[in-house]
Amino acid sequence: MTTTRIAETAPTAPPAPHLGAGDRLRLWWSALPRPYQWGIGVPFIALLAALPILRPPILTTQGTDFGGVLAQFGMYALLAIGLNVVVGQAGLLDLGYVGFYAIGAYTVGLLTSPDSPWNQTDTWLSRHWAWVFALPIAIAVTAVSGLILGTPTLRLRGDYLAIVTLGFGEIVRLLADNLQNITGGGRGLSGIAFPLVGQTPTRTKGVFSAGNTHLPLNFGTWWYWVSLALIIVVLLFVGNLERSRVGRAWVAIREDEDAAEIMGVPTFKFKLWAFLIGASIGGLSGVLYAGQVQFVSPPTFNVINSMLFLCAVIVGGQGNKLGVILGAFIIVYLPNFFLGRSDLFGIPIDGNAIADYKYLFFGLALMTLMIFRPQGLFPARQKLLSYGREVYVVARRAALAAAGRLPAADEDGAR
Amino acid sequence: MLASFDIGALGHSFWALTISGLTYGSIYALVAVGYTLVYGVLRLINFAHSEIFMLGMFGQYAALMMFGFAPQGDAYDMGVAQTLMYLGLAMIGGMVVSGAAAVGLERVAYRPLRRRGAPALVFLITAIGASFVLQEFVHFVLPKLTNNTLGGLNAQQPIRLVSPSTQFTIFGATVTNVDIAIVVSALALAFATDRFINGTKFGRGIRSVAQDPVTATLMGVSRERVIMLTFLIGGVLAGAAALLYTLRVPNGIIYNGGFILGIKAFCAAVLGGIGNLRGALLGGLLLGVMEMYGQTVFGNEWRDVVAFVVLVLVLMFRPTGILGESLGRARA
Repeated sequence: MTTTRIAETAPTAPPAPHLGAGDRLRLWWSALPRPYQWGIGVPFIALLAALPILRPPILTTQGTDFGGVLAQFGMYALLAIGLNVVVGQAGLLDLGYVGFYAIGAYTVGLLTSPDSPWNQTDTWLSRHWAWVFALPIAIAVTAVSGLILGTPTLRLRGDYLAIVTLGFGEIVRLLADNLQNITGGGRGLSGIAFPLVGQTPTRTKGVFSAGNTHLPLNFGTWWYWVSLALIIVVLLFVGNLERSRVGRAWVAIREDEDAAEIMGVPTFKFKLWAFLIGASIGGLSGVLYAGQVQFVSPPTFNVINSMLFLCAVIVGGQGNKLGVILGAFIIVYLPNFFLGRSDLFGIPIDGNAIADYKYLFFGLALMTLMIFRPQGLFPARQKLLSYGREVYVVARRAALAAAGRLPAADEDGAR
Repeated sequence: MLASFDIGALGHSFWALTISGLTYGSIYALVAVGYTLVYGVLRLINFAHSEIFMLGMFGQYAALMMFGFAPQGDAYDMGVAQTLMYLGLAMIGGMVVSGAAAVGLERVAYRPLRRRGAPALVFLITAIGASFVLQEFVHFVLPKLTNNTLGGLNAQQPIRLVSPSTQFTIFGATVTNVDIAIVVSALALAFATDRFINGTKFGRGIRSVAQDPVTATLMGVSRERVIMLTFLIGGVLAGAAALLYTLRVPNGIIYNGGFILGIKAFCAAVLGGIGNLRGALLGGLLLGVMEMYGQTVFGNEWRDVVAFVVLVLVLMFRPTGILGESLGRARA
């Protein structure tokens, strides 16, 4: 009879239940038992992974390589997940997130590029696996840089923090540009290591080399798979954090920092954790970038890219880690979808011009979104964080039934 | 590795650097007033203010083109009276464009959000979006509208009305006519703004809303009108600053040319105490001078880093800035 009791008390708890298509889907998904979720999730991920092989007719980009676009999406998805920890979870607006991306990419570049004075591929980093070994080092370096940025600045709030982090992002780029003896300045670092695996006579430098242009399994596809695997690992990690004490502390800080402090949440410590974790994920994405492109130079890490990452998080829906991945997909895929396309469903269009205007459209989208749907396209819903998801499902159903939005007679027998 | 520290050069050309810093600083100060006023009234960092400044640069350029000037290699170098007249007209052109853009931005982007009582983050993101839109408008749309005479990917070919010529020297540092024009007009505008805010009925309205919006509304001050006026003043000053900036940096008229300058002006506003009108002026001049000293000591390429480091240090050790009082509390 426990369900009935919850059903009677619940209607007052969750405020004004919505019931859009998304909510129905979410409710249905949350109500599924774990094995069923895996049963649906695994084939779905497999389908996503197979996209560059299947190359569906309309979805496939025409102006650029589809595998490459998906690999870029993978990197942006990681960035969006990392930035979502900082912005969406902990509510700290970071406009210089590109700095961490740059630090990750440059760490790999400095360790493995022949142009760099600190090149280690001939000493203790093996030539074949240099990229793989550089990955944890780069993540550690970005985490430390997050600590260095966070310690003095996280005492600031809101707008001030935004501007200081913006300055940080710009300083990182200027350092890369100005320290010519180390970073190669504007010339950048080339010949960055990538994993040397799967060497065949046609793919002399392995499947991850930029020289592997054999469709459909070209190097973009392989990097897409690597990023997909990393996304799943990071999602599990971040998802567990969200449900832990740390995640609850973040939500408390986001909603009301003073109240959280008074209730005994060490806000500074947890804000620093959010920064550090967000930074490491950004660095991880930078490592992927350096490996895939095998070249880093300062213009890639312009602050405007930071805004683009933020765009992905805002459009997707802050706080919703699956939503921000979709946001990243929109940001990366849409311009590439139009690139090189001269007609869409028979209607003639100038695809290249539309792709050129991407910042204009993103800007307009941000402005309209903020007026009509500030929570993003796929907003996060507040859950009963401290209870199990079964309780959440029951409570939610009952609330919806009470509001008359759902047929009252459902299988739980509540009411 | 790091640039060599060249303290000797600083001592050697101290006065020349100070004068150069003051010219840049007075430009920062005018732009900083826009940030500070809007912050004082709305508690909002108008992130798109740098784009308002950028539009001002195009506005004065368009005005000069309307008066028949065309980009050419040499400066026009007309008589003093004629030059001043055309500079004044160009400045009005910049002011009109910037002022209209600032008020338009407020109407289109910020007012709907205020109606909905959106949180600060939403305002900031809207400002970022508006910044994108304005930049890309000049980048792609403006050249189509003006038959490729304005806007586009590259900087405008400069129209030089006057070439810098030395007027006199102080302590061995030369002072050019351009330096004088920039500092004098910036100070005059800053003084006029200060008088307007602190000495007129409209200014009292702005200060009252900054101090306590609810009470001000109860006393019959129209908050909406005050907000519009605030954006207008900020925009107009940014337009004036845009002309002064192009006198100093003729090649700077480009679609993304406002970004760094906007951030520096914001640094100046924070340095002086954000929300404080006189603080913005002081902060601008200080930042301009510090930047010049820093550039000489550390090397030219570190110039932009100086502003950011100053910003971080100020926020860490004295977040209220040097003068540190808000617009509302300043001699209300």
